[in-house]
Amino acid sequence: MSTGQSQRPIRCLVAKVGLDGHDRGAHVIARAFRDAGFEVIYSGLHKSPDEIVQAAVQEDVDVLGISILSGAHNTLVPKIVGGLEEYDAFEDTLIILGGIIPEEDRPALEDQGVGAIFGPGASMDEAVTFVRENAPERA
Amino acid sequence: MAGSETNDELVADLLDGNHRALARVITKIENRTPGYRELVSALHEHTGNAEVIGITGSPGSGKSTLVDRMAEHYRSEGFTVGIIGIDPSSPFTGGAVLGDRIRMSSTTGDMDVFFRSMSARGSLGGLSTATADAVKALDAFGKDRVVIETVGAGQNEIDIVKTADTVCVLVPPGSGDDVQMLKAGILEIGDLFVVNKADLEGSDRTVMELREMIDGRADRLSSLDAGHHARDGPSASDDTAGRDTTGTHDGETSGETSAAVVREDGTDEHGTLSESEPGSGSENRVTASPTSSPRSTTTAASCRSRVGSNARSGTGTQRRSGRYCARTRVRWSNGRSPPEADSTRSSTE
Repeated sequence: MSTGQSQRPIRCLVAKVGLDGHDRGAHVIARAFRDAGFEVIYSGLHKSPDEIVQAAVQEDVDVLGISILSGAHNTLVPKIVGGLEEYDAFEDTLIILGGIIPEEDRPALEDQGVGAIFGPGASMDEAVTFVRENAPERA
Repeated sequence: MAGSETNDELVADLLDGNHRALARVITKIENRTPGYRELVSALHEHTGNAEVIGITGSPGSGKSTLVDRMAEHYRSEGFTVGIIGIDPSSPFTGGAVLGDRIRMSSTTGDMDVFFRSMSARGSLGGLSTATADAVKALDAFGKDRVVIETVGAGQNEIDIVKTADTVCVLVPPGSGDDVQMLKAGILEIGDLFVVNKADLEGSDRTVMELREMIDGRADRLSSLDAGHHARDGPSASDDTAGRDTTGTHDGETSGETSAAVVREDGTDEHGTLSESEPGSGSENRVTASPTSSPRSTTTAASCRSRVGSNARSGTGTQRRSGRYCARTRVRWSNGRSPPEADSTRSSTE
């Protein structure tokens, strides 16, 4: 990894929140991000919004990818956003969302600060490219 | 905003107990951001209070689970905990999946447990280049205990011995025959050996082989007077003070002979733990825990004094005392103490 010294890898937390045991998508995206050269921290299943916030802050991630297939996104995402704001971490964390998110819910989530939403059929390249282009620049 | 703080502000915030500042400092150290050396220098004067424990072992041997239980135990004793979990990076893309955090279930939501995942970033010794400095940051932050979980180690990943005060090596049952125990490398660096998953078949043999290995180590050291990270420190007991005076690294706790085997089932010949029923908890029921804050009373230090005296006596009759010494400090993660460990210890001596 000779290039890694000068160019820092993008750090990304792949998070599963709430009572949602469907983690295949999270695993696939974690693998894809790894292959793209990112450092991926996987939260594990059934985490509370607080735990995700704690992990995002402690790990100092550039990107927070939340996978929700339970339909609870309108409850869980605002809690995570609020928690990140509390720790001053919201501004420089790119939040992306994956899973089953109905079309009509998307504008509201994006207004709250979700950078992009990747539903079924989204390609890996799409997600990786989006993260590369939008991950916050940091010192 | 973030990223634009000066080093001085960051250090001030970190010392002030700001978690985000601590996270950011570790990031800077990890990325070798210009100015990170000054950052580490500024933190250095605030370090030296944390006890650093290294956990190493083969992949799947239960390192993360043990770390989780240790964190829980330390918190119950009122200590704050910093943890660094290191996982391998890809030699092809530099990417990594860092999964040590998944096991941290006992202390969720407790911000006094600061868990940081690190990629090895191409380093092959079981740690990443930045680990030692990241430990300093946690130390300066005021963590009482810093636990380092290495990359799943095979035989040669021994960098941990340079960074940790106490090295704990996890050995699952069935890790090969006794020739494996003769080999140099990871088995030489352990201050404490944990035979994890002791409910599996073959754990007795593994314990026996480890014990033989440790006995051999004590014999060798009694004549050679040298150790992998020996030094003479305030924690040395009367027994061993003055015997190991070779300071080879700056760790505060030595332990070239301070190994002990702990296990949880009740099948040993003295039946010390026979009252405990196997299968009463998770697979990882043994937690080796240095229990008190002064270094002079850590498990490793006190074990060393015992094993050291055994080595001196030159007979095998008392060699078991090292084991009991460790066993009395084994805390059961399901909340029970090993029954009558203390009385057993005195009665067998």
